[in-house]
Amino acid sequence: MMSIFSMPADVFLGQLLLGLINGSFYAILSLGLAVIFGLLQIINFTHGAQYMMGAFVAWMLLHYFGIGYWPALILSPLLVGLLGVLLERTLFRKLYNLDHIYGFLLTYGVALVVESAFRAQYGVSGQPYRPPSALSGIIDLDFMVLPIYRLWVVAASIVVCAATWIVVEKTKLGAYLRAATEKPVLLRAFGVNVPRMIMITYGFGVGLAALAGVLAAPIYQVSSIMGGNIMPVIFAVVVIGGMGSIGGAILTGFCLGILEAFAKLLYPPAASTVIFIAMILILTVRPAGLFGRTR
Amino acid sequence: MHEPFSEQRSLSPMLEIRRLEGWYGESHVLHGMNLSIGEGEVVTLLGRNGAGKTTTLRAIMGILDRAEGSIVFRGRELLGLPPERIARSGIGYCPEERGIFSDLTVEENLLLLPVVGEGGMRVDQIHTLFPNLKERRTSYGTKLSGGEQQMLAIGRILRTGAKLLLLDEPTEGLAPVIVEQIGVAIRLLKQKGFTILLVEQNFHFASSVADRHYVVEGGKVVDEVGNADVAARSQQLQAYLGV
Amino acid sequence: MAMAPLETRIAAVNGSAGRGKAAIILLVVVALAAAPYLIYPMFLINVLCFALFACAFNLVMGYSGLLSFGHAAFFGSAAYISGYCAKTVGLPAELAILVATSCSAVLGLVFGWVAIRKQGIYFGMITLAMAQVVYFIAVQAPFTGGEDGLQGIPRKALVSGMAPMSDRQSYFFVLAFFLIGFGIIYRIVHSPFGHILRSIRENETRAASLGYDVDRIKLLSFTLSATLSGVAGAVKAIGFQLATLTDVEFFMSGEVVLMVLVGGVATMTGPVLGATIIIAMQYYLSEFGSWVKALHGMIFIVCVMAFRRGIVGEIGAYLSRRRG
Repeated sequence: MMSIFSMPADVFLGQLLLGLINGSFYAILSLGLAVIFGLLQIINFTHGAQYMMGAFVAWMLLHYFGIGYWPALILSPLLVGLLGVLLERTLFRKLYNLDHIYGFLLTYGVALVVESAFRAQYGVSGQPYRPPSALSGIIDLDFMVLPIYRLWVVAASIVVCAATWIVVEKTKLGAYLRAATEKPVLLRAFGVNVPRMIMITYGFGVGLAALAGVLAAPIYQVSSIMGGNIMPVIFAVVVIGGMGSIGGAILTGFCLGILEAFAKLLYPPAASTVIFIAMILILTVRPAGLFGRTR
Repeated sequence: MHEPFSEQRSLSPMLEIRRLEGWYGESHVLHGMNLSIGEGEVVTLLGRNGAGKTTTLRAIMGILDRAEGSIVFRGRELLGLPPERIARSGIGYCPEERGIFSDLTVEENLLLLPVVGEGGMRVDQIHTLFPNLKERRTSYGTKLSGGEQQMLAIGRILRTGAKLLLLDEPTEGLAPVIVEQIGVAIRLLKQKGFTILLVEQNFHFASSVADRHYVVEGGKVVDEVGNADVAARSQQLQAYLGV
Repeated sequence: MAMAPLETRIAAVNGSAGRGKAAIILLVVVALAAAPYLIYPMFLINVLCFALFACAFNLVMGYSGLLSFGHAAFFGSAAYISGYCAKTVGLPAELAILVATSCSAVLGLVFGWVAIRKQGIYFGMITLAMAQVVYFIAVQAPFTGGEDGLQGIPRKALVSGMAPMSDRQSYFFVLAFFLIGFGIIYRIVHSPFGHILRSIRENETRAASLGYDVDRIKLLSFTLSATLSGVAGAVKAIGFQLATLTDVEFFMSGEVVLMVLVGGVATMTGPVLGATIIIAMQYYLSEFGSWVKALHGMIFIVCVMAFRRGIVGEIGAYLSRRRG
């Protein structure tokens, strides 16, 4: 049997795939967080709860309305994103003149309310959610088995992340975003409706979180604690990547997913901590993160 | 007080500011600004640092912390409107700090501003006016020299079709050769019918392009000088400017 | 038994303020002494431990202007260490608390040293990350008892002659530590050091230009806060006879922020009030399960949107408006 880095090939590739899958979620979620932070200068603590809501909405659509996975992929991000827009419009907007810490505390409060409400209603055990038949099943290679759904997740994440990156860095829409991140007040004096842009951007970031939730539902099961579990890791990813950097968030997300997966192979007890230790080390050496720019 | 020129102007000025009070936070900076500008005029606000010239422009654009009074542009009250509405009514703003977006290229900066009126200059026309901008199209905002940034800042608003241009110290810190270029550009814009409100400390430059000058001190207009009289009153002007 | 600290405080106040203040102090003393006979002592112990934790946290949040998201690491790890020392090693409670507190001090120094130079939100993120590491260690380490935690921690203290203390006795034991801790924080806040801290919070660059070693001072404040949080955790383990993962998880760090926010940031009594309210809610609404947490979240939101000064802060502002 082939051997890669003194590991049997199927084990190595298996871990790689696992790392890519986790990394896909880290990438999409930290991408959303980075987009929001770039423009609003707020760390959206609610992100985990919105990810959880995305999964739950998909589950509810199926359970209560018989609406399946494919429509849910669009409906869930839309619905949750709209709720996010509402949140920004009614609450966040009032805090922009204050210290950024209040915005963060607000998002924490909202996360607490949402997660606790879902927990009170549905408990902590996961609700199963089956992947659509088109994506169930496996590809049987000689040395390993590839679940199709998981491949889909990785592919979908790469496409979503790449598309977002292209829009932000290469299009006029992205130019507006970058300009608003730099000088929001001046941009308004040039005639751009920056408050509306902020609202839509927040909704988009939240929609990304919800999309990740829908993608996650068949893999991780839908539970009220899925958001809380993943949030500290996402923070670490965004901080390591550099808080304002979208490309950094994406790249770091995938890399850390892979790093974590291999850490699990080599020294399981420390696997959960390896990302945080990495964060501490990297921030000591590069205070603004790997790709961050100190403004 | 100043009276003479108000009667000679056309019946409805393009921009009319009455009793404008302005604050930065707690600090009361404008104490009753009054001025008016007719269509097609180039008018300057002269005065020392801190006199309230930049503050006035900010009040017009709606980005001052707090303002009271009246700012009427083409018959519409601007005070209290959000900045984007003010800009879209046809006013182009070129701030003192130039405000070039460093995360964007020159070309992206030039094309960024939304069109707020008809008759905006085309990109090739702007390139003719400021050839450097064509050369440096793909450079990022941070890489430009002071003069190039100023040209980009002016060029940007020319594209939008704004009819009233607010230029805040366009010649500050620039080499005489560039100052000359900017002077040429402003005179050309005047020919094309733009209305310009210019803030300047350099009154030689100001008198080379403007029709009238308001002297601003302590947050209000204390004198008004027609361009023809600048030479005759130059000593007095120098005293105002603390030169 | 636990009276000495109270007496010295009364003496100190009588000398300066006057009869009005002394009367209030006397009232408080009587209330504190009588409380365990009127109210369930375990509830009071809970309040006192978290009140101390909140006061200690306020030292960095309110008085130093640093928002740490990892203070549960100090509280929880001290709880585990103190519990382990008392239960497995068999140390008397006071020594167990001492050992645990020393560990918190070291941990605080480490956290602080790594995080202190970071500005704003990065500081919070790093403390969060480090607290997560502590949490995962607590989950994995054999001596913590994993999901079950450390149970049946003995309450044998030197002052009780190594006999297990009753609930009421434990209350006085915990009260003593609370008063000592509160006293220390009071002295810190009202000392020249405290003034420097506040000036750093107001305007860090100006404080630096005046010659203060800003990072060193913030580090000292952070370490003190961590140490006192450790006292709170260690005492809680003894008083409650229990140390679990709840003490060291992220939610605990959030709870203490909530207590300080509700009670009043940068006030001395605010955190105590906030802790009392939050703990009371947990006790009297416990039948509602997770909805209590949701309620906490709503209170958080309301405080952030409308009552940023907290109850004590708002009262203080109201009073000073009325005065002039």
